[in-house]
Amino acid sequence: MGVTSVVLLWVLGACALTGGVLVFTLNSMARVTFALLGSLVCVGGVVTVLGLPYLGVVTVLMMVMEMLIMAVFMIAYMMNPAGLMPMSMLHNTRGALAVSGAVFGGLVAGVFLVPWPGRTGRRPEDTTFQVGAALMGDQMLTMVTLGFVLLATMVGTTVLATRRGRYDRFGDDLDQRPGEGPGGGSGRRPGEDPGGGSGRRRAEGPGGGGAGR
Amino acid sequence: MVEAGAWWTPLAAPALLLGLAALAVAGDAALDARGAGRSVTPAGVLRPFLAVPRALVEQPRRLPASDRWLWRLGVVTVPVAAVLSTLVIPFGNHVAADLSVGVVWFNAMEVMTWAGLWLAGWGPNAAFSLVGGYRFLAQGLAYELPLMFALISAATGARSLRVSGVAEAQHGLWYAVWMPFAFAVYLAGVLAFSFLGPFAYPAGRDIADGVLGETCGVDRLLLRAGRWLWLAAGAAMAVPLFLGGGAGPWLPAWAWSLVKTLLVLGLLVWVMRRLPVVRADRYVEVAWVVLLPAAIAQALVPALVGLGAG
Amino acid sequence: MTFHLLLVLAAGLFSTGLFGALSQQSVVMIMMGIELMIGGVVVAVADFWHFLSPAAGGGQVVIVAAVVAMAVEMAMGFAVTTALYRARRIDMTDLAGDLKG
Repeated sequence: MGVTSVVLLWVLGACALTGGVLVFTLNSMARVTFALLGSLVCVGGVVTVLGLPYLGVVTVLMMVMEMLIMAVFMIAYMMNPAGLMPMSMLHNTRGALAVSGAVFGGLVAGVFLVPWPGRTGRRPEDTTFQVGAALMGDQMLTMVTLGFVLLATMVGTTVLATRRGRYDRFGDDLDQRPGEGPGGGSGRRPGEDPGGGSGRRRAEGPGGGGAGR
Repeated sequence: MVEAGAWWTPLAAPALLLGLAALAVAGDAALDARGAGRSVTPAGVLRPFLAVPRALVEQPRRLPASDRWLWRLGVVTVPVAAVLSTLVIPFGNHVAADLSVGVVWFNAMEVMTWAGLWLAGWGPNAAFSLVGGYRFLAQGLAYELPLMFALISAATGARSLRVSGVAEAQHGLWYAVWMPFAFAVYLAGVLAFSFLGPFAYPAGRDIADGVLGETCGVDRLLLRAGRWLWLAAGAAMAVPLFLGGGAGPWLPAWAWSLVKTLLVLGLLVWVMRRLPVVRADRYVEVAWVVLLPAAIAQALVPALVGLGAG
Repeated sequence: MTFHLLLVLAAGLFSTGLFGALSQQSVVMIMMGIELMIGGVVVAVADFWHFLSPAAGGGQVVIVAAVVAMAVEMAMGFAVTTALYRARRIDMTDLAGDLKG
């Protein structure tokens, strides 16, 4: 490992840690999200410098998209998203500090006390090919499992988060054209029961505040 | 063979990109003039560039409670990411950095626009700007996955993520010919990440220019340049991905690269002016119900061909 | 030495994330903590792969799994938050204590 790489690792590592700490010290939710993004982009940089360019760049790509989605939810759900009125939303700070401090101490002690083995094997020329061959060969089962996990996540998140299904948009017999407005409803509001047959749909109207429970 | 990393390439790539973007702007102005029934004159074509000196001397605007750091960061990110994305695009026989994961690098830089535009919308603390930022995210969720599968199709066909490798793999038959759908989706993606033409929704007139609305001076210049730089970068990337790179008879490689890039750029400028702005929620539906399955099927074609070839 | 320092970096990211996950009240902030913890795991695995056994593809597969875990965690987290918010207009863990079970 050359001097440039080591210096790069130092810089990226310092940035990653700084970003990580800023996540829990800044007030503005937008800044918090982008501090986390900065931290995780540095993690991607570390992975790249360690000789895994594909995984590093993919990490950066994914984290940018993920954090932008996260920013939307941060702004949507947090009160005071711009941090204009500093406030604390913590509980059990001292306990959390003690636990995480102990974990950090334990991990660092382990890092320096464990007799790590020496390097075995040589790095292949193309590490991207290595991960591809591993995923499509020996680790096929892992890949298949990950695929199913992702599919289950997609279905699960949609079911949990969606308020309207296709029957709300296209009518009970799926024969109506969706409306013109964003989301294109059939003019029927979710939660408004047109009578009969749709008792399984949960009643959650906008502004209902848990009515119907 | 593509030669990488000559000392002048990191300087030439941005200069070339800027030149192409300027040509696109000039072409757009020329079409504007023709559409309005005026004759196309050099003065008319150069008119949009008067905005550059005007922006440089403009009085900066201060807004109450704006997040200036994030705003500035977002505005700078868009053009900078466009320039960084060109580092992996071979032009003729030269490329600034022939990364082994060039295709992914281009994609990652393109995704940076998400961050840049959302920040540019969030920063000024103004409603319409923020709406514009959110609109781009909604649009991004729609165009990104089909675009990724278009890139994957080309990379699968070439069995390489190296952009020069993709270009070299198309000896004889361009990917645009036997993967036309991936090519079309890619071109739509280019218009989408440069938020121009049918995808100008984040900067729509109905929300007073959206993400561009509150910017002024150098900020506005950077953001508006960013769109055209991205258009030029997307056109330049289409050449090695789908049009065989610098390969071609008689002319040297750089000339072929230039000709093909200009053709793609001209096509994009012409098309974007002829289409109405698409609302993001409508495009999301088309993208996920039609484009995405079709793009996956398209990616299957080179995979099966590769499997058959052994 | 670089090997050890990178592990310390991983431990630092993990502990920072753990602190956040334990101390924050908002579900969204808790997820940020978890993301940071998984980021620490990614650094540690890349470090192990590079310095201990670069010939094994399995190390890279762990990173792939960690990145997928990040995506899944975030998607599920936001879906649950959205469902919770729809039902009760809350996004704080302390207000959803009765979901303990």
